[in-house]
Amino acid sequence: MTRWSMVIDLDKCVACQGCSIACRFENNTPVVKPSEAIRGRAIRWNDVFPMPINPTEETGEYPQVNSRYLTRPCMHCDNPPCIKVCPVQATFKDEEGLVRQNYDRCIGCRFCTVACPYGVRYFNWYAPEWEGSLNEYQNPDKVIAAGVLEGPAVRPRGVVEKCTFCIQRLRKARARAEAESREFRPDEYVPACVQTCTGKARFFGDLDDPGSTVSLLSSSQRAFRLLEDVGTHPKVIYLKEG
Amino acid sequence: MLRVDPHDKEKLIAPLFKTPRGFYPAVSVLLIVFGFGVYMYIRQLTLGLGETGMSRPAYWGIYMVNFIFFIGISHAGTLISAILRVMGAEWRRPITRVAEAVTAFALIVGTLQIIIDMGRPDRLVFTLFYGRVQSPILWDVISVTMYFLGSVTYLYLPLIPDAAILRDNCPDDAPGWQKLLYKTLALGWRGTRSQWIRLEKAIAFMAVFIIPVAVSVHTIISWILATTVQPGWHSSIFGPYFVVGAIFSGIGALFIAMTTIRKAYGLENIIAAKQYRNLGLLFLTMNMIWMYFTFAEHMGVAAGQQVDEFPVLASKLWGEFSVGFWLMVASMVVAFWVLVVPRMVPDNPVRLPIFQPRSGLVFAGGMLFVAVMMFGPGVVPNLPLWANLSTVNLSFRDPDSRMVGWLLMIALAALAGLGFSRWLKHRTVTASVIASFFVLIGMWLERWNIVVPTMTHPRLIPYTTYQPTLTEFALTAASFALFGLMFLFFFRVFPAVSIWEIAEGRVIQEAQSHLVIPPPEPSEVSKRLRGWGSKIRGG
Repeated sequence: MTRWSMVIDLDKCVACQGCSIACRFENNTPVVKPSEAIRGRAIRWNDVFPMPINPTEETGEYPQVNSRYLTRPCMHCDNPPCIKVCPVQATFKDEEGLVRQNYDRCIGCRFCTVACPYGVRYFNWYAPEWEGSLNEYQNPDKVIAAGVLEGPAVRPRGVVEKCTFCIQRLRKARARAEAESREFRPDEYVPACVQTCTGKARFFGDLDDPGSTVSLLSSSQRAFRLLEDVGTHPKVIYLKEG
Repeated sequence: MLRVDPHDKEKLIAPLFKTPRGFYPAVSVLLIVFGFGVYMYIRQLTLGLGETGMSRPAYWGIYMVNFIFFIGISHAGTLISAILRVMGAEWRRPITRVAEAVTAFALIVGTLQIIIDMGRPDRLVFTLFYGRVQSPILWDVISVTMYFLGSVTYLYLPLIPDAAILRDNCPDDAPGWQKLLYKTLALGWRGTRSQWIRLEKAIAFMAVFIIPVAVSVHTIISWILATTVQPGWHSSIFGPYFVVGAIFSGIGALFIAMTTIRKAYGLENIIAAKQYRNLGLLFLTMNMIWMYFTFAEHMGVAAGQQVDEFPVLASKLWGEFSVGFWLMVASMVVAFWVLVVPRMVPDNPVRLPIFQPRSGLVFAGGMLFVAVMMFGPGVVPNLPLWANLSTVNLSFRDPDSRMVGWLLMIALAALAGLGFSRWLKHRTVTASVIASFFVLIGMWLERWNIVVPTMTHPRLIPYTTYQPTLTEFALTAASFALFGLMFLFFFRVFPAVSIWEIAEGRVIQEAQSHLVIPPPEPSEVSKRLRGWGSKIRGG
């Protein structure tokens, strides 16, 4: 069984935020007004921010600043705190280790957003609006798994959404393999952020395959996971700088 | 035909058939507040939850605070009627009805908060269709539903004989709907022996059944927070801490409710000093347990100083939440003082000026003066008499002498408290109501101080602030108005005091006054023990 995983080499990351933009266009994350964004309502499935995110005495002040940049998709934890609290199973971990979100089921209680220590879950405070020509650049893909909406089609107001590791791309790759009547190989698919990465800092693949890039990198001396102490066992693995 | 004591009939039954003065004005004021809330909710429903002040990471706000607060209030009923009924405390009789009504209405309002808070209230039924029993929210759905059904039953059961009494003692000119209502609710109650036995059995069962349910309700609400790994919430004492807080605020709400009823219907002889004194002692106990828990909860975080948790505590102690936090602490201390000091002041007037309300006012004025000096505008008008004052003002505003100002304020507050203590001693009811208001404010702030600071201090999201909007304030006001409305309408048609229960109490009292309890026969063991004791005493 494949277990999807991502490795992000912080040595190669140039903090260009290309991943954030690619994600936005691939997944139709709604645009919000600047006034809303200031209030913390911008939706960025893949966010880029300084670490530590809240300045402390140790981070210092300009020009002696001691902080670095971090890019953060959903961790797709092996032990996700979000799915444990969902009252209606609107979010769940599938057999390939992806933490998925069922927009047709979500009741908008926002318990998962509260429970996630990484803050990867976003709530649609208002109905998403696509003004003018933006409308024409929407990703037309629509994933309706088991009769419910999951993919990049625009989400309704009042539900929670999150990074899916571009599940629509996985679906398409599988469909292509099936059409060509051959076995699907895990290296046939990468999410949009991996494809776009300027510094080629992102790797994607099957963690259960000992020969895959992610498996090899995950045993590197530099490998670490975000907030390891909260016991979530993320499947996004970072490689330390230096 | 059930007969009733003529005094009870005049005091408890007659008022139900004429509209009391001030009923319509009170209802219309509450309806306006409630109506505005409904309008704001429809607005929020059509536009989206963006109309609130919530954001990322402050995903939960005032609605969650209200939810915890109202469900907490609902613990009034269980404590008073169930626990005291099980323990056979006779003084509970006149206040059980009020307590049970507070429970039922607070539960309705509390549950409403969750629906208001939902992004998709149209999908509420999904919790039944697709409910995951592993989720703390579903535990809540189950326990709150059970508690609601239980408390409504528990409110209704003792109401059956009363409805029958009302049915049989209706004045002839009573409105038809009222007659029909009592007749329906009485369920054909005739007061036969077998009916009484069955009713007592049912009430006894419900009383025992509802206590663990009530404890579970607030424990589970605390677990909604405690089962996450968020800094400041992941605490093992949250369950008991919340239950104690719930009972504490429940008693506060009960004091206010029963005093309102007492005033409105003139029931000074039925809801008497005894009720206030005994309930006040319970209130005091809960106050102390609450303080102990609050200290214990913050102590661990303060000593540990972990990177994620400590900023939450710091924001409460001296950061952006400090005003609310210290207001909460001050409210609880004042409530404690108002409850405990009048009990300790000697009965016969001590001719000390410090115990005069006059001097209390003077000290309170002094405290206000210091407060203005410390936090006031800082500019003193340049008048001949005020010349020295600006020096005082400057010295109080100096950060190094802040501590002196604070100590002076605390000392003056204590002296002012002493001044009012004798005045409060002779006004048990007023003292209880004052303490209750402070406790309710303090408990609302406590819920706020638990929910919001953790929300705004997450691990991997920039710290934010949370500022509720008009929508949230309007809906909060509407929730209180709805509670008031339900309370008013209920006690407009149902007797404020359980008529049969106080009648039963009178019979028991009567019987006890004829009873002579003989002193226990000394057994061999007790004789020997007594001898042993005297040997020790004798040396």
